[in-house]
Amino acid sequence: MKKLYDILSLQFELADFESKRSDLAFCKVKASQAISLLTHLRDIHGYTHLVMLTCVDWLEDKQFQLTYLLHNYATKTDLGILVFIDRDHPVMDSLHHLWKQGRVYQRELHEMFGIDFPGSPGVEEPMILEGWQGPPPMRRDFDTKAYSDETYSHRPRVQNEPEQHMKEQLYSED
Amino acid sequence: MNDINDTIIPEPVPEYPDWRKDAKTLTNAGLSEEEQDWFCDARPQPAKKSWQVMENFLNWARSNSLWILAFGTGCGAIELRPLITARYDISRLGMQPRPTPRQASVFMIGGYVSIKTLKRIVRSYEQMQGPKFVVAVCSCAINGGMYWDSYNTVKRIDEYIPVDVYVTGCMPRPEAVLAGFSKLKELIKGGKAEGQNLYAEKFDWYKENQKRVIKDWNMPDYNW
Repeated sequence: MKKLYDILSLQFELADFESKRSDLAFCKVKASQAISLLTHLRDIHGYTHLVMLTCVDWLEDKQFQLTYLLHNYATKTDLGILVFIDRDHPVMDSLHHLWKQGRVYQRELHEMFGIDFPGSPGVEEPMILEGWQGPPPMRRDFDTKAYSDETYSHRPRVQNEPEQHMKEQLYSED
Repeated sequence: MNDINDTIIPEPVPEYPDWRKDAKTLTNAGLSEEEQDWFCDARPQPAKKSWQVMENFLNWARSNSLWILAFGTGCGAIELRPLITARYDISRLGMQPRPTPRQASVFMIGGYVSIKTLKRIVRSYEQMQGPKFVVAVCSCAINGGMYWDSYNTVKRIDEYIPVDVYVTGCMPRPEAVLAGFSKLKELIKGGKAEGQNLYAEKFDWYKENQKRVIKDWNMPDYNW
């Protein structure tokens, strides 16, 4: 994996290579080069399968981390490409032309994190949050408890103190 | 932070005209004008009871022919499948699953209810023909369960459709579900499972609750 990283480093601005296992590694790339790197990996280095595209909200750093996890069926290795984008202007290039399943991941990220992928088909359509009007719920500054309390009514809880309850049960005549 | 939130939040839904002003008909205001003509605007009416002996006989007949709507709304729905097999054999209670709401009389809410599912539940419940009964299975349908702070899961289903029997557990064993169905049969025989009439009587309250959480109301108010 390190070898591949060195080869790729000649063409792309990579950083922070991290080998987790012999068959799993991660590296960072600039957001502007991410799609060309993914195309390069898919067409030349055999990383033909997009395993997943997911997002981490680094609220303190004001960044979203997008993780593109690719799999190579020939060498049976996984390579994760980390892309950091600005949290205040979350726009990323779309990869729907590379992998068709990418449009589903992008639709989900658009719904849950509010990341925009211009040009991705159907990215604006709601996936599970039909008629959602609040901010994207998977962002860390979204208070899900407060939203739940003000939107849905709570069934009040009846609690019995065990000692008191048993006294009333056993010695109710006294 | 504020300016992106402004870009993400869609335009507020225009306020629908107050459909309670005219108590006799429904406006179906969530639909387009063309679609409003496709649906009836009559409100549900409580069923009229005949004399007691006849009603007792009908209740006995109803309790022995309960057909379940096979609509799995959550993880508890998987507990319905063993009931159909030879081990628990629900057909000895006169129950069987049906694929369509038009043929079913028991609606089993099996677990958590998200807003997207609630829309389908309301729709299926209103499509069911009376007499109809609702069994809420799993703690999520009763008090939210582990989804008590979720942004997309309603905490109690009995604010949106009337519930006749609750079965607690996460998830309840098939025996517990079976006990719940037996309880439902007792209630029907005693004439106490009146959820459908409750829905008709408190229709405005139920509809208000439903419309409060389903923000994009684009279905008819009743009568599919």
